[in-house]
Amino acid sequence: MSSDGIDATRTAPAAAGGPLAAVEPVPGVAKPDPILTASHIRRSFGGLTAVNVDHLEVQRGTITALIGPNGAGKSTLFNLLTGFDKPNEGTWSFQGQPLNGVAGHRVARRGMVRTFQLTKALTRLTVLENMLLAAPGQVGEGFFGAFGWWMWRRQEQANRERAMELLARFKLDAKKDDIAGSLSGGQRKLLEMARALMVNPSMVMLDEPMAGVNPALVQSLLGHITALRDEGTTVLFVEHDMDVIMGISDWIVVLAQGQVIAEGRPSDVRSDQQVIDAYLGTQHDEPQGAKTEEKP
Amino acid sequence: MDIMMTLALSLETAIGPIAAIYVLAAIGLNMHFGYTGLLNFGQVGFMLVGAYGVAVCVTTFGLPLWVGFCVSVLCSVVLALILGIPTLRLRADYLAISTIAVAEVLRLLYRAEFARPVTGGVYGRQSFADAFYEFNDRVGIIPPGSYGIGDVDFSADELWLMLVSWACVALALGMTAMLMRSPWGRVIKGIREDEDAVRALGKDAFTYKLQSLVLGGVFGGVAGVLIALNQGNITPDQFMPQVTFYLWAMLLLGGVGTLWGPVIGPVIMWFLLTLFDETLRSLASSGALPFLATSDSGALRHALVGIALMLLIIYRPQGLVGNRKEMLVNVK
Repeated sequence: MSSDGIDATRTAPAAAGGPLAAVEPVPGVAKPDPILTASHIRRSFGGLTAVNVDHLEVQRGTITALIGPNGAGKSTLFNLLTGFDKPNEGTWSFQGQPLNGVAGHRVARRGMVRTFQLTKALTRLTVLENMLLAAPGQVGEGFFGAFGWWMWRRQEQANRERAMELLARFKLDAKKDDIAGSLSGGQRKLLEMARALMVNPSMVMLDEPMAGVNPALVQSLLGHITALRDEGTTVLFVEHDMDVIMGISDWIVVLAQGQVIAEGRPSDVRSDQQVIDAYLGTQHDEPQGAKTEEKP
Repeated sequence: MDIMMTLALSLETAIGPIAAIYVLAAIGLNMHFGYTGLLNFGQVGFMLVGAYGVAVCVTTFGLPLWVGFCVSVLCSVVLALILGIPTLRLRADYLAISTIAVAEVLRLLYRAEFARPVTGGVYGRQSFADAFYEFNDRVGIIPPGSYGIGDVDFSADELWLMLVSWACVALALGMTAMLMRSPWGRVIKGIREDEDAVRALGKDAFTYKLQSLVLGGVFGGVAGVLIALNQGNITPDQFMPQVTFYLWAMLLLGGVGTLWGPVIGPVIMWFLLTLFDETLRSLASSGALPFLATSDSGALRHALVGIALMLLIIYRPQGLVGNRKEMLVNVK
């Protein structure tokens, strides 16, 4: 699988002198320009409280990593914020608009687009169809609009061009007519990210984008994520691999047992005793090799 | 036994009104399952409300036939909404269970004693299709007489119904083709692959699934209207669950999720059914198979069709016109 041509311009985190420089690294701290604000989010499954977040803000235009040991509630929090699950209580807003009780597809339309931990490529559609499906506001998407091909033909052409540009950026343009089911695991991750960008999101939520991806492709994915940030898109992502996170993130939020136990710049989090306890004291991380391997 | 006669009879069934009716209902089922991934095991329920829409309007309420047709379509839409609104937000299996149950409950309701003043109960409804054939006689689209080549032979009435039935099929096929080539169809196929992924991209999967259920249901309802017109009388007990399963078998035979699969499947299936039936019957009556009574041939033909379907699933799981590569792709 091709993993060449990675412009792994691992730009140093913007935090160095960025808007987060003056923010104090304590859980629930307010940010200068939050795009996403969540308060008192609680979700329990029976007797188990999976997520119990007092306050969390995500700074606009940064890469924020959400880390934590297995079962910390990272994916559950993702599902709650994106409307794929309902919390027992809590309020949260995106770009100043409340998102409580807003269905998943409406959250996406407002500009917060997510990917999934288990990649969801639409297997029996071609790579290009996967991309075109994601384009927002299509006239031919309505039942009756579908019959008026003369109305959506031009829009379709424009979407096709944009899709091809994105595919070229993710080095998938040669595969455009292959069915997505024939792609390798890593290529599916790339396709899913490219497809999310097709929605024109102002914020992307990546649920373990590096899981099951070979190390060379990890570099490529990291390059794409920093490029996104540099274009002004906010990125919130869940990840396990500490090396990856430290290198790329502007801000790190540490979740353990459903609660935010620490947040701050990579340097702050690295030395935080609570984080070390959460990762090493109570639970061992899986061996590195098992996770970064990818099937050919 | 006359081989030409048997073949002619089989061909008559394969292109006749009954095959066209099954094609139309299979196109609806293909919209549900083949394109959207909805497990509908109650297509016969749509056919039932379609057939009774016409029959009840004309006989019980004395309304014109075209009003009956509109009522049939409306009943199909309402049935799709009743089925879809509570279940389409849930996992796929819930729709499957509800459809099979609702179709059977509908049959029992229509045949119940208390429904007899409206639906005729177990006796059903008769003589409501006259206006349909009178229309042809009056306008003279198909003049009276006999039409055919060689042993294949249709009466004017049969040909008139065939014309209307296949026209409905053509219309349904055209609509399906246009829809599936549009962005709407792309979203529908995306939902079949992974509903959550489609929702995460800002598409309201529920509305799309409901639209698909309604459209396929209306195709089934119109097929029901054509059944009523073809027979001129209907009883509730002809709408048994096995009709749905025949449709599934035909759809699988033709090719799920393809445009022409639901057309080819029923046509070939009816051809084979009639061919087996006639061959067995003539063999039985000529005494070539001493263990086989003439009355057994009906059961044996289904066994033979079953074997044919098993061979198909083993050697050609994608159906006759399906794409094997697509079929075998790892759906994960």
